[in-house]
Order: sequence, then C-alpha cells, then structure tokens
Amino acid sequence: MTEVTQPALTIDALGKKCPIPIIMLAEQINYVPLNAVVAVLADDPAAFTDVPAWCRLKSHRHVGSYERPEGGWAIHVRRNY
Amino acid sequence: MSLVAYFDAASSEPLHPQAREALLAAIDVGWADPARLYNQARRAHLLLEQARTEVAEALGARPDEVSFTSSGTQAVHLGVLGTLHGRRRAGRHLVTSAVEHSSVLHAAGVHERDGGTVEAVGVDLTGRVDLDRFAEAVSRPGTALACLQTANHEVGTAQPVAEAAAACRAHGVPLLVDAAQTAGRMPVPPGWSVLAASAHKWGGPAGVGVLAVRKGTRFRSFLPEDERERRRVPGFENVPGIVAAAAALRAMAAEAAQEQARLSELVGRIRERVPKLVPDVEVIGDPVERAPHIVTFSCLYVDGEALLTELDKAGFAVSSGSSCTASTLRPSHVLEAMGVLTHGNVRVSLPRGTSAAEVDRFLAVLPDLVRRIRQDAGVA
Repeated sequence: MTEVTQPALTIDALGKKCPIPIIMLAEQINYVPLNAVVAVLADDPAAFTDVPAWCRLKSHRHVGSYERPEGGWAIHVRRNY
Repeated sequence: MSLVAYFDAASSEPLHPQAREALLAAIDVGWADPARLYNQARRAHLLLEQARTEVAEALGARPDEVSFTSSGTQAVHLGVLGTLHGRRRAGRHLVTSAVEHSSVLHAAGVHERDGGTVEAVGVDLTGRVDLDRFAEAVSRPGTALACLQTANHEVGTAQPVAEAAAACRAHGVPLLVDAAQTAGRMPVPPGWSVLAASAHKWGGPAGVGVLAVRKGTRFRSFLPEDERERRRVPGFENVPGIVAAAAALRAMAAEAAQEQARLSELVGRIRERVPKLVPDVEVIGDPVERAPHIVTFSCLYVDGEALLTELDKAGFAVSSGSSCTASTLRPSHVLEAMGVLTHGNVRVSLPRGTSAAEVDRFLAVLPDLVRRIRQDAGVA
C-alpha cells in the first residue's frame, strides 16, 4: 500500500520522555478532522513501541513509523473517530 | 498484616524459613573443602551430594547431571556458551526467543561477537514465542543450540517448552530451558537438554544457581580448567548456600500444588479487578497459560517511576519494565517485543504467604495513585 497522506498536524515531542509524547498525542488528535493523519516526532525509544500500542488500545490507526535522518521517528497515526 | 507488602517475588523470593534453618546449620558443619579426604571434608561432601540429589529429584534430573553455580545468570552464561562450545562442530547458529532473560541475550551477544549467528524468534501480543517460526529456526542446518524460558520473567506468560523441545529433538538440536521463574512453583516441562535455575527465586539464598546438563548432551566449559562440579563450573562450592537452596526447593515444591494455586487465584483477582478499577489500563501477558505468581499491567499516560515511588510510599514493593525505571533508558525488550505499552508498567509478583487482604489493599490504593499521577501530568 502506498497511501502517503500528508499529516494534518505534526506534534513535536522530540526530547520528551514517555509518557509525554502519548499524552500530547491523546490531547491533540482531536484537533484534526476524522481520517486525517497526525505525525508524532519522537526520539524516546519507548515512543516507538508506545504510539502503536496506544493506537491499538484506543482504536486509532497506526499508519507507519518513519526514521528521521536527524534521529528519532515520525510516527503517523490516523484519527478513526 | 505487615506494613510493607512485598510483591516482587519474581526478582527474589524471601528466604524460606526452612532454608534459613538449613543455612545456619550448614554454616557450622559444611565449611570444609568437599574435595578433600578428612572428616570435615567428608561431612561437607556428604551435605553437598545430598543437596544435589534433592535438587535433581525436584527438577527431574539425575544427580550427576546437576552442577551448582554462583547464580542463575551464571548458570545461563555457562549453559549457553558451554553447549555452543561443545557443539562447535555441529554449527554455530543459536536460536532464542525475543523475550528471554537478559542473561541469555547477553550470552548470545558474546557468541555473535565471536563469529556465531543468532536468531531471536518473535512473540505474539501475550509474549508467547511463535512456535512455527521457532521450529523453522531450529531446523536450519548448523543450529547448535536453542533457548527457551519456561515462563517470562516480566509478564508471566508460559512458553510452549514441550512443543519446542519436540521440534528441537526432531532436528537433533539441544534445548536450554531457563526455568528461573517456575522452578519450585511448577513441574519442569519435559524435553530439556540443559536446564538453568536460580535458588533465590524459589526461597533459597542468593549465590546459588543450578546448571543441569542431560547425559549425552555435548558440553564443554569455555572457561579455564577446573575440577569442580564435573568440570562445568569453576570454583569452590558454596556448600551452606547449596544445602539451604535444596531445603527451600524441597519445601517450596512440597507446598506448590496448594500454595501456587492460591497465589494464582490472587493474580487472577488482580488481572480481573485492575481494568475495572483503573481506566485506560492494559493487563498484559497470557491470562491462563502463565506463571502462577506474576501479573503485569500498564497504565496509559502514567510515568512508571512515579507510580513505583507512590506505591513504595503506600507500602508496596513492586517492579516495572518501563524505561524510566531502568538504567538503560530503554524500555524492557520484553514489552518491546510484545508490542505492548511500555510506560506506566507495573509488575506484581506474589511471594508465598501473600494474603488476600494485602492484595485487596493494593487494589484499594492503586486507583487513586494512578488518578493523582495523571492529574499532575495534566491528563483529564
């Protein structure tokens, strides 16, 4: 699947330790329309596991995690509801 | 009810009263070198061999298959590297699960740096190894050894050891079973070639591990030569510690059927109640196929270290796989491999004698502690 959706919102959680990136995501996902994508920029290794796990628990969709050349990841989440 | 409820048996089970008694007696009479030929030495030798027989019987081994080490970690290190060394001609490939204890993974790292290859087979959401992929991995030509734990040390999930052993046997590959979390609590599953365990996890003293090597398994210590423990473990045996370890194992195993079933019910109560009492919690690990005494859950939006600190203040000793509670700043490799929430993680592991009242008190204080931490973090 090559659906690359431009994120409607980018959350800069670089330098933030878990659970802060997840807290930011949970708060800000409601700012984007349904089916829009939120990108979480994070470099805490815990976020790499925790954002997809949060999506599973909260029934949002983890679109993908992309390594950033500058370090860390851009973790894309689609708002499902 | 004691003021502090100790819920970290998976790290270390408190010394069993019978182990304490045996330890004190053996310190007086078991101090001499068991390899010498005089009266005191013969006494130490007798104590050591009696303990070996008892431990062998409890673990389903023959006495001459059992060696004592200085820890469970050392048993794993020697077991993994000694079997790989003994099977060098068969190949240099090592198979493990992705959720083994760090002692297995670190031994695998040494093997890799020495030019060997390692495959860590993945697990499902409950932490159970993918049996098909494990069987496929051990079928690869040149596989010298496979390693699998009886139950996971962080989430309690039982591994399909008997099935993995059958797959290993079909391909002539020895299986090292790490029984650290279940020895003394559950029967050791059949089919192992090498077995590792740790006395302080079954109520024995620290400083005693068990390495059992099945007759016929090729094994060669990679360490400098030493006559002790059938050449498998170097150094003077800790006879008093070993005597106490055997006493604890015997006592623990004798009461296991009743006591572990009781603890398992308390764990079941925690598993069932926590998600009802605390919003946004994930109880992880297999609900049924598990070690009797371990339960782990993760609380969304909660800093694991803050929760451990609050629980400590409230009189509960628990542990966590969250990265903020580790020296490495990485979350536990077990939680990562499972793909479950790594933050806000709490592992509760019940020692023998844990009362229902202690568990109920834990369930009573937990919701408010979590609520306050979330509130402080600005989570509604």
